[in-house]
Amino acid sequence: MAGAAQYSDERAREIIAAHMGLEGPALPILHALQAEFGYVPDSAVKEMATALNISRAEMHGVVTFYHDFHSAPHGRHTLKICRAESCQSMGAEKQANDFLARQKLEWHQTTPDGSLTVEPVYCLGLCAHSPAALYDGEPIGQVDAATLDEIVAEAKGE
Amino acid sequence: MTKIYIPLDMAAVAMGADRLAAAVAKEAAARGQQVEIVRNGSRGMLWLEPLIEVETPAGRVGYGPAKVKDVASLFDAGFLTGGAHALSIGVVEEHPWMKRQNRFTFVRCGVIDPLSVADYEAHDGFKGLKRAFEIGSAAIVDEVAKSGLRGRGGAGFPTGIKWKTVADCAPGQKYVVVNADEGDSGTFADRMIMEGDPLSLIEGMTICGYAIGASKGYVYLRSEYPVVAKVFQAAIEKARDAGWLGQNIKGSGFDFDVELRIGAGAYVCGEETSLLESLEGKRGIVRAKPPLPAHVGLFGKPTVVNNVLSMATVPMILEKGAKHYADLGVGRSRGTMPLQIAGNVKFGGLFETDFGIPLGTIVNDIAGGTRTGRPVKAVQVGGPLGAYVPVSLFDLPFDYEAFAAKDSLIGHGGLVVFDDTIDMLWMARFGMEFCAIESCGKCTPCRIGSTRGVETIDKIRNGQDVEKNIELLKDLCHTMKFGSLCALGGFAPYPVESALRHFPEDFRKSALEAAE
Ligand SMILES: Cc1cc2nc3c(=O)[nH]c(=O)nc-3n(C[C@H](O)[C@H](O)[C@H](O)COP(=O)(O)O)c2cc1C
Ligand code: SF4
Ligand code: FES
Repeated sequence: MAGAAQYSDERAREIIAAHMGLEGPALPILHALQAEFGYVPDSAVKEMATALNISRAEMHGVVTFYHDFHSAPHGRHTLKICRAESCQSMGAEKQANDFLARQKLEWHQTTPDGSLTVEPVYCLGLCAHSPAALYDGEPIGQVDAATLDEIVAEAKGE
Repeated sequence: MTKIYIPLDMAAVAMGADRLAAAVAKEAAARGQQVEIVRNGSRGMLWLEPLIEVETPAGRVGYGPAKVKDVASLFDAGFLTGGAHALSIGVVEEHPWMKRQNRFTFVRCGVIDPLSVADYEAHDGFKGLKRAFEIGSAAIVDEVAKSGLRGRGGAGFPTGIKWKTVADCAPGQKYVVVNADEGDSGTFADRMIMEGDPLSLIEGMTICGYAIGASKGYVYLRSEYPVVAKVFQAAIEKARDAGWLGQNIKGSGFDFDVELRIGAGAYVCGEETSLLESLEGKRGIVRAKPPLPAHVGLFGKPTVVNNVLSMATVPMILEKGAKHYADLGVGRSRGTMPLQIAGNVKFGGLFETDFGIPLGTIVNDIAGGTRTGRPVKAVQVGGPLGAYVPVSLFDLPFDYEAFAAKDSLIGHGGLVVFDDTIDMLWMARFGMEFCAIESCGKCTPCRIGSTRGVETIDKIRNGQDVEKNIELLKDLCHTMKFGSLCALGGFAPYPVESALRHFPEDFRKSALEAAE
């Protein structure tokens, strides 16, 4: 994510504390940590385990279970390309593979300059406009090769 | 002041609705025209999005799909008074696709301003809740049961029975949980309701809370729906400000509040017990049943878990009465089903109709056939765990039992259409791969079986011992079907087996090629 803050234990503790009034606060905390730092650092996982009074292994298990959370920084921008059935019915699989080949990337990888991470996603609810994608949270319907290439160019330019 | 509607629906936004709304506002200002732009939900005619509607004395006139480049010409054509233009579809309510529907759950979606409590009330909003407060818990549960409403999340379990189970539990902390995980490919009805008529879901949850004696409700929304999160959070705040949530709702003495929670990209968290684990802050691992969530649910307390559509349909049932709803539909499939038409189709969108409409009518007539213009080969009904249905079964009526009788399911009502270029062996492989990626890992048939399934299909693709490996694949499917703890592993065989059953030639292509 663009503009991610530098990690500090102190800031992580603040974020955790702000959510401790919730029932079952783990997911909201993880989302907040990732929004702030761009990823969920191991040190933050340790802080969470302390605050929630569970083992670090258990906390680690939670973080790794979910596809959304990552333990190392991603690119400054994220492109999620749908590869579920409806999008496949409109040729998404080939389009995505061609795109990855053009960019010399594989799923989950980041461009060498750190500008863009490409992830697969399984349905965005845009299936009447397949194939679909999501760029930094912005939905795109009927995406084509030219649009995908423009996104890379835009991500690199920033 | 002319009222203009431009949807905030994520599908409309994906086709440029935000840019369009900005361009219309700018052009109106430049021309000195007074306009009020309302960001509504979608009417469901998604192939026309973004669809601009203009309020005129004759009704709301639609223009779509409208792009930024069309804005100047729309103004030139006098669209603010319903003027003729190439994009005009006439009065939206009169459009044949709209007129054929029986809108019940979606009656307000796309019509009202989703974030206006006043607009919601002007369209009969909160009438169901008011009646609920009058008739009391037992009568509410009875009404829901009599309506015949079955859960729209996939399994079709009667909603009234679920509510009664929780209502009958000893008083104390209980919860209402709404499953807004909507992970199935080809489904978007939950998303559309939450964007287009979010107060109906809030009203449904409040009715449920009142009926079962719960003061707190959670909505568990998938993270892939960022637009929904924004709209629904705003709707919660509007409802609270207007006194429809919070303490002593409208003087009833009843306290109820709703909290939105965001998932983290795990398909299995749509399974209700896995969802509860996730809400509690744990890994989304499926729980063994019994105990049912109705008895031991969120934080160990009795909990109703319902799909968005099930919950959002309840206010209307209470308002109109159980009989009105029960009179629609066929057999044990009562009421209406919001069909989600997707994939390779001309007219994709949300079409709400009574149960019982033949599959072929949906695909060829309502959806207009394929977008590519090629012949239809298969329709996957009911999401990634649903069967592929061939054209030869197009007379199948859309209802739970008729589909089950053909080893298929209707699930959440999503239909994904494929043309004749699709390779069913590849789709079977994808089904197994999806199961492997999304398995929660608790039981072996699903965790290991899906990975072995991918390997076996790869062998078939490579032409290696094809018949032997097909037998092995069938065997694997059988093990997964009967040995899995939940429907992820248990239903993953449906797409695979149906592909094998209806499209056997696709599994033998490699062998044929080798023989030639
Ligand atoms: C793997 C899996 C995924 C599911 N995903 C969803 C979902 O996204 N939304 C949903 O409402 N139900 C989903 N279900 C069904 C739920 O477990 C549950 O039956 C439903 O939420 C109950 O609500 P209802 O009675 O209103 O249908 C899923 C089930 C399984 C096994
Ligand atoms: S079938 Fe799969 S998803 Fe369901 S409990 Fe077993 S391992 Fe988990
Ligand atoms: S399958 Fe790609 S958006 Fe639904």
